[in-house]
Amino acid sequence: MSLEQFKNRNVGEQPYVLIESEHRPKSGMGRFQRVVNRTFKKELFTGLYVTMREMINTLFRGEMAAVKYPFEKLPISPRYRAIHDMLRLLESGHYRCIGCGLCEKICISNCIKMDTRYDENQRKEVTEYTINFGRCIFCGYCAEVCPELAIVHGGRYENASEQRASFSLFEDMLTPIDALKQQQEFDGFGAVTPNADNAIKKTPLAY
Amino acid sequence: MEIVNLAVLPEVTSAGVAIKAIIILAIISAVAGFGTFIERKVLAFMQRRLGPMHVGPYGLLQIAADGIKLFTKEDIVPQNANKLIFKIAPSITAATAFIALAAVPVFPDFTIPEWIPLLGGVFVPSIAADVNVGILFILGMMAAGLYGPLLAGMAQANKWGIIGSARTAVQFLSYEVVTGLSMLAPIMLVGSLSLVDFNNYQDGGFTSWMIWQQPVAFVLFLIAGFAETNRTPFDLLEHEAEIISGFATEYSGMRWGMFFIGEYANMITISVILAVVFMGGYNDLGFMAGWFIVVFKIAFFFFLMLWVRASWPHIRPDQLMWLSWKILMPVAVVNIVITGIVMMI
Repeated sequence: MSLEQFKNRNVGEQPYVLIESEHRPKSGMGRFQRVVNRTFKKELFTGLYVTMREMINTLFRGEMAAVKYPFEKLPISPRYRAIHDMLRLLESGHYRCIGCGLCEKICISNCIKMDTRYDENQRKEVTEYTINFGRCIFCGYCAEVCPELAIVHGGRYENASEQRASFSLFEDMLTPIDALKQQQEFDGFGAVTPNADNAIKKTPLAY
Repeated sequence: MEIVNLAVLPEVTSAGVAIKAIIILAIISAVAGFGTFIERKVLAFMQRRLGPMHVGPYGLLQIAADGIKLFTKEDIVPQNANKLIFKIAPSITAATAFIALAAVPVFPDFTIPEWIPLLGGVFVPSIAADVNVGILFILGMMAAGLYGPLLAGMAQANKWGIIGSARTAVQFLSYEVVTGLSMLAPIMLVGSLSLVDFNNYQDGGFTSWMIWQQPVAFVLFLIAGFAETNRTPFDLLEHEAEIISGFATEYSGMRWGMFFIGEYANMITISVILAVVFMGGYNDLGFMAGWFIVVFKIAFFFFLMLWVRASWPHIRPDQLMWLSWKILMPVAVVNIVITGIVMMI
């Protein structure tokens, strides 16, 4: 096959065939009948019915689509990758991070910076840990690579700030010690949304 | 029947007429403002939204917020505009809309109870000015309202405004014909132009409503009323998708707001005419008092305009002309001829 037909830019001269999608009335009487048919085929009244049905569903059957956003929020999926959380061990309350540095190594946008030292028990201790959220692309590699489930993605997605490159310190992301009981375990990347049952719609098998 | 009525009716004093005028101005302009809120709410519910929610309970005070915004907004007059005409055009729309309401009977006659100080015992007529050409006066005033958008569009030195005013002339002039002709058949039946006589003609209960005798005229007047009030299927004057805002493109602040007070007052006028001429007016219906049922009817027609706006798309200007001159006007003429023949037989 040659490229000839693709190089031809004179689209108007090609032998296009007009496909008659509907029967076009020829006479004036035919056009009048089409008007009558369209008028009495209840198309207009179907439109009125649809909007009235939506209004009744909205007002009385709780199918309101609007969410008053700053006051109420939809639950987000556990897969969602928002601002990171640093988790603590439930037994001792000590932070889980062992200072292995894998997250710093794997970070493809070089936004994690950490410093560690050996403490008196020869354990690794995190002295500095910051994430530059001006650089972070929320890829989730750090959470995936972490052997201790110490760094996970939390649910804080409202991260507009005055400065784009705001650093987040280790203490900001760490679960507060008094909120240890409320610490949510990361469900894993395959987990479903909390309201998944409500969001499910029946799909006809004919699809 | 008219002679009996004249004998029974108390004397109409100027105080009564003044009270009625104040009622019309106060209630209708408040309702016209409230109509914007109702419209936004109804459209929102039909699109599964909430509508205005934050000013006052359920957004009820949104009109106050809108009013403050409109009143305090900078009043911009374009540089090349014809400034005098640009400034007076919105008041033409608002004034004609309210003048038309002067001849519209909304509530039945009533006498203010004696125990109310100052005004006790004053008889308030159902209509501020019961001119004997009532319906012609209303239709004529609404027709004169076309000068508002027409002059506004032509004075503002803006191409969208020019297109909007051209469409105003085209749309209002064609649909005047349909409103006039469709109203002619009920006028022939009643034999009077006064809306009070229209109301009294239908005092025999549900079956005496004009809509059962003149269903075609009702549908024609309903369609033409949508065009006269610039409501959605015929919303060509300020069709946002095509001509920005048409005649209102360059307007801001309260001048812009006056166009919309006029539009909503016209919607109320058309709703009242539909209720009084075709749907039994303010006659008592069974156990329901007339003043209650007429408010219900007017509210229904007002709601119908919003409902249609949520449901149906705009039509093109050529379709508008086609509908008016090739369908509605011949049907209206045939309706008049048939009505005349039936009346002669």
